[in-house]
Amino acid sequence: MIEINKLEKCFGDTQVLTSIDLRVNRGELVFVIGPSGSGKSTMLRCCNRLEEPTSGSILLDGEHVTDCRGRALDRMRLKIGMVFQGFHLYPHKSVLANVMLAQVKALKRSRSEAEARAMEMLDHVGLAHKASAMPSELSGGQQQRVAIARALALDPKVMLFDEPTSALDPELVGSVLKVMKQLRDEGMTMVVVSHEMNFAREAADRVVFMDGGVVVEVGTPEEIFGNPKSERLRAFLSRLQPSGA
Amino acid sequence: MRFLDTFFDGVVMAKYLPDLLLAIVTTLWLSAIIVIGGLALGLALACLRTLGRWYLTLPIVAFADIGRAMPPLVVILIFYFGLPGLGISLSGPMVLILVLGGVLAAFAEEIFWAGLTAVPKGQWEAGRATGLSFAQTLFDVALPQAIRLGIPPLVNRALAITKMTALGSVIGVKEILAVSSSAQSFSGSATPLTMAALAYLAIFLPVVILSRLAERRYAWSV
Repeated sequence: MIEINKLEKCFGDTQVLTSIDLRVNRGELVFVIGPSGSGKSTMLRCCNRLEEPTSGSILLDGEHVTDCRGRALDRMRLKIGMVFQGFHLYPHKSVLANVMLAQVKALKRSRSEAEARAMEMLDHVGLAHKASAMPSELSGGQQQRVAIARALALDPKVMLFDEPTSALDPELVGSVLKVMKQLRDEGMTMVVVSHEMNFAREAADRVVFMDGGVVVEVGTPEEIFGNPKSERLRAFLSRLQPSGA
Repeated sequence: MRFLDTFFDGVVMAKYLPDLLLAIVTTLWLSAIIVIGGLALGLALACLRTLGRWYLTLPIVAFADIGRAMPPLVVILIFYFGLPGLGISLSGPMVLILVLGGVLAAFAEEIFWAGLTAVPKGQWEAGRATGLSFAQTLFDVALPQAIRLGIPPLVNRALAITKMTALGSVIGVKEILAVSSSAQSFSGSATPLTMAALAYLAIFLPVVILSRLAERRYAWSV
């Protein structure tokens, strides 16, 4: 599904990603963990070219994401849904208009078709009743679910989540994770960068541990959390749970 | 009584009212062209500047900086009295439209640009990540937010520039100030100037009130 080969990214003299290789299979939920500054988000943002890789290649269903230019890149991005830490809903548009915009402008759906699809997706995330609200009238958790609906409405092949719950109050995290779990159960291919370790244990097919811009360890949640092989992963996990629980 | 005779002489008022009404029409259509043209040009320049190409940015920034630094009266005099020396003769209203429209465009470009840079980067990323092109993200996502931010300063600038149509009096444009000032010389009464002041109020006070309504209409809480 997604194939990342020898991905490298430098910001000036600073090497942020070093020779990342990663495969994500259809219907798989891959969870990416690691300390801040380990390059998790940068890797994710390279997958839809919000960051330009310095070298290496990324393929989606055998098509080069990294070679796309102009309109071809816009079309490629339609297949890659992205959810941001900061939601980034359009504040001047209603919830419904947020979910409709790219459908109409980029997918060239008719307005009625786009509206029907938007309502379907809002219903899916439990927010159909907020369709006419403005983003500022919603809680953070609701805004993030609208952002998920906005991405889903474009029928992406894969969904990227960049710390989707990090900006949320603790009591709102659950509603977003529930929607993500539901998506996984429906067979959506997902790459999730997050610190929600319990969710990773529960829902991830594989967990990727990154540190210092390299993939240190990849494995099932049981392997990663239950039997960490590398010293760096053990140190990271013990920092998360000082009690050792 | 002396105050009323000086500033509100009924006979003088009646005599010059028809001329003044014509002058009001002149000021109005000049203002409309200057504001619409100036804002449109400023918006277009700010949009071009987002492309981030130095060969566009450089002349746009030069135009905006010179346009904002130069006193409009100086440019008006150069255009009206200087350009004929090069064989380019422009009518008074034409000079006024070009210079004041250009000055407004210079300010408007900076205001639109400031608004665009104030739109969070995440908005652009959300647009591009959902497959919108650069232009679609600019026009459907960034610009509507930038324009809302820019409404109060744009209204101020538009008002300031339309009041400068009074500079047309130095190059023979028959707008409000020119007509009332010549009426004042002929009649020896300050009343025509009072009429001019009232005319400006009648034109601009409703605009100011309308702009307040517009600000409220387009405001949204973040």
